[in-house]
Amino acid sequence: MNILVCVKQVPDTTEIKIDPVKNTLIRDGVPSIVNPFDGYALEAAARIKDKNPDTKIVVLTMGPPQATAAIKECLAIAADKGYLVSGRTFGGSDTLATSYILYNAVKKVEELEGKFDAIFCGKQAIDGDTAQVGPELAEHLGYPQVTYGLEAEVDGDMLKVKKEVEEGVEVIGVKFPCLVTYTKPAWDPRYPTIKRKMAANRAEIPVLGDDAFPDIDTTRIGLKGSPTNVKKTFVPQKKSGGVKIKEADNEASAKKLFELLSGASII
Amino acid sequence: MEAKTKDLWVFVETNEDGTAKNVGIELLTPGKMMAGKQGGALVAVVIGSGVDEAVKAANEHGADKIIVVDGPEYKHYTTDAYAIALVSLVEKYGPTSMLIGATNNGRDLGPRVSCRLKTGLTADCTALDIDDETGNVAWTRPAFGGNLMATILCPNHRPQIGTVRPGVFKKSDAVEGKAEIIKEDLHVAEDQIRTQVIELIKEMGGENVDLEGAEIIVSGGRGVGGPEGFEPIKALADALGATVGASRAAVDAGWIAHAHQVGQTGKTVGPKLYIACGISGAIQHLAGMSGSDVIVAINKDPDAPIFDVADYGVVGNLFEVLPILTEEIKKARG
Amino acid sequence: MNFHWNEEEQEILDMLHDFCLKEVAPIAAEVDENERFPEETWHKLADMGMMGVPFPEEYGGAGLSYLNYIGVCEELAKHCATTSVMVSAHSSLCCWPISQYGTEEQKQKYLTKLASGEWLGAFGLTEPGAGTDAAMQKTVAEDKGDHWVLNGSKIFITNAGFANVFVVFAMTNKELGTKGISAFIVEKDFPGFKVGSHEKKMGIRGSSTCELVFEDCIVPKENLLGELNKGFKVAMTTLDGGRIGIAAQALGIAQASIDECVKYVKERVQFGRRISQFQNTQFQLADMQAKVDAARLLVYRAAQAKQDHEPHSHLAAMAKLVASETASDVTRRTLQLTGGYGYTREYPFERMMRDAKITEIYEGTSEVQRMVISGWMGVK
Repeated sequence: MNILVCVKQVPDTTEIKIDPVKNTLIRDGVPSIVNPFDGYALEAAARIKDKNPDTKIVVLTMGPPQATAAIKECLAIAADKGYLVSGRTFGGSDTLATSYILYNAVKKVEELEGKFDAIFCGKQAIDGDTAQVGPELAEHLGYPQVTYGLEAEVDGDMLKVKKEVEEGVEVIGVKFPCLVTYTKPAWDPRYPTIKRKMAANRAEIPVLGDDAFPDIDTTRIGLKGSPTNVKKTFVPQKKSGGVKIKEADNEASAKKLFELLSGASII
Repeated sequence: MEAKTKDLWVFVETNEDGTAKNVGIELLTPGKMMAGKQGGALVAVVIGSGVDEAVKAANEHGADKIIVVDGPEYKHYTTDAYAIALVSLVEKYGPTSMLIGATNNGRDLGPRVSCRLKTGLTADCTALDIDDETGNVAWTRPAFGGNLMATILCPNHRPQIGTVRPGVFKKSDAVEGKAEIIKEDLHVAEDQIRTQVIELIKEMGGENVDLEGAEIIVSGGRGVGGPEGFEPIKALADALGATVGASRAAVDAGWIAHAHQVGQTGKTVGPKLYIACGISGAIQHLAGMSGSDVIVAINKDPDAPIFDVADYGVVGNLFEVLPILTEEIKKARG
Repeated sequence: MNFHWNEEEQEILDMLHDFCLKEVAPIAAEVDENERFPEETWHKLADMGMMGVPFPEEYGGAGLSYLNYIGVCEELAKHCATTSVMVSAHSSLCCWPISQYGTEEQKQKYLTKLASGEWLGAFGLTEPGAGTDAAMQKTVAEDKGDHWVLNGSKIFITNAGFANVFVVFAMTNKELGTKGISAFIVEKDFPGFKVGSHEKKMGIRGSSTCELVFEDCIVPKENLLGELNKGFKVAMTTLDGGRIGIAAQALGIAQASIDECVKYVKERVQFGRRISQFQNTQFQLADMQAKVDAARLLVYRAAQAKQDHEPHSHLAAMAKLVASETASDVTRRTLQLTGGYGYTREYPFERMMRDAKITEIYEGTSEVQRMVISGWMGVK
């Protein structure tokens, strides 16, 4: 098995705060982390490797040079090799342009690492929350996709993916090569190990820069190659609080709530 | 591609029984307004198997035209069949914009279709308008876990596509339908569908956690204290015919399955009534439920941020408030 | 002198910190309440490579510095003192003497499994009649030609209920006193060996502290650790290192107690002010932090000396004396600042106070440390 895991370095959105005066995002001091959903994708790959030890796991990320930290983190957990896509001309790309660059990067990395049987991504990145890059990458590659995956197992020439659906879990069969995006499973991803961590620190992370893809269509990348653009951003208006109920005791509060809700025909 | 018309499309997702999912019908409401501003027709696109009910619903809620694709291969959603069908319809008719409900399937389909059409997609929108200056759709969506809102345009590519959160818009009142109905005989060969369902493992207890379609949700958070703390929440949900939700804290603690999670890393919901019990109201949770019509919060901490968004906030112990509320509701309903 | 972690050491500690927040801290109160040995944490730490931090990679260890290992003990103790002593008793008292005194065969057979964390280790020196006076060993080992036979018992043995391997001391020549003690490697399944009753303790309640019983216990000839009759030196040098681990445990408990207390005093309002606004609170906490940092320097200095193979017996004694007494003092004072709430089990303060006390007692009481220090000073 040869699995590529696409990861993104994101600001930890749980640490982002709003400046109460200027009403803007405070990004200073917000730690950068591996997008948690990408961590689940890596865990899914690692679980396949647990059962099929000859599996190779390669991670690919696109971002500024600092994003090598995200690759090193993946190496410390389970990945065997990592590549960074980083170039000035890639900046400002929307999801379509990003997925097109990643498509070119997949082709390039395959020249070095061999063809990938499966490509795993997180369901979405927690900064943009678009959930688009995975399916778009699958489309560029012409691969079938399974979204909302929890875990996958290899069964002959097929990947069996457990997919989260409203009724429970569906097992989807899909032939290689394919692309799977992962959501949060019921288990926690494994921790890094000291040995892997030290090896990761010494690992070389090849960078695929602006000149790495001579055949790329430059009208389809970067800000200019992106069909969508941001017209404006703003901090959402806080809804003002409604009726506060605090009666003498909990029983009275509960009854008051019931009166208000039924009075307003809400229940 | 170039738009051939000024029409605005709403993709109406169907259930396996051929009825329409709420969100598709909801989207006809803003669709009407936007199509009016764009000077085109409002077209509902219904794909599924045995979809008469869904077509009827679209007809009664404002569609000017309805394009229908009906076939057994569309009964169970697959990315391949739906993408092939929708892309060929777009290529044939050339709408200028398209709205898709941001359900799991909608968010699976949207990027696949937009990428094949080499056009832009804006995901998970919570507000829609037409930009006065350019006449483009102004797609507004949350980012950074709901901390920031962004308005996105797709000026030079057609169709402009967006997925829109369920529950943000309300269904219009039903009227007598007079839409033109166009049946497209469009079929996808078996070998073009590259995924197959091998097995469905129902959640324990066989409950169907349809948070996105729920009219009432009762959610528990860190304050419920443990798996057994969800008992009074389930009891209230049963009395109300509601679905049980949960905050990330409760899910991470292993008290309830992830399928119940509401918020940025869970489901985005828009019920008529959302009752948050023992949920402090982290922004990631608010991002997933602030579109609810009426929000009730029960929390012992009077300073919990959930009270900032609640229409009715009870400061108190949920373990005492919920059973009494449940009793009152049962009494009232006989 | 430079006690800064290098980048890699810091990363290892950050990694452990993340792990502790998710896996150790959430169960610390439960482990204490139920007197439950956190066996699952042992296995998780083993997966990460944290059960053999300072031992060579060729023997299953992580190959990191001794100072880094001490940092690991400190970090674990910040979240759960029971977990910290599980790791330090295993690493300092069982892995280390095998690594230092073991033959190549012993290292291959035992150290590789211990340092990788597949096996858990323990150390058996203390006996009912030989605590601080360790020379009064009653356990005897008889040479039977092709094997040893051990008879006697040990008490208060950390990790005993879960350990696979024990480093045990016994008299091989009663006439010679401390010069007649030898060390042995005993596996839990050796015939005639059993783990006896489990102690109920004031603190580190999750730690598995038991009696060891040897009744004609058969130990293979090759399981003598180090030279015959040189066991006392094995024990003493092992404890020199162990004391640094315990000192680090004390540091972790003290620091965590301060950190929790700082959070508490910034929230608690009395007389219309946060209690952090009272000068008594400010000065108390300032004193505590200064004392903990002073102790930390001693602990890191001792660890550095051990790492550099310099004489460190007295440095370890000073580090443990000061750190453990600081921990007891600090945890008592934070509990006073947190008042009635601190006294309840809703908060960790009372647990930390109970946990701190043992650091003044085990692996040599404070009095033993004073004996070591004064001896080194030549005060006779």
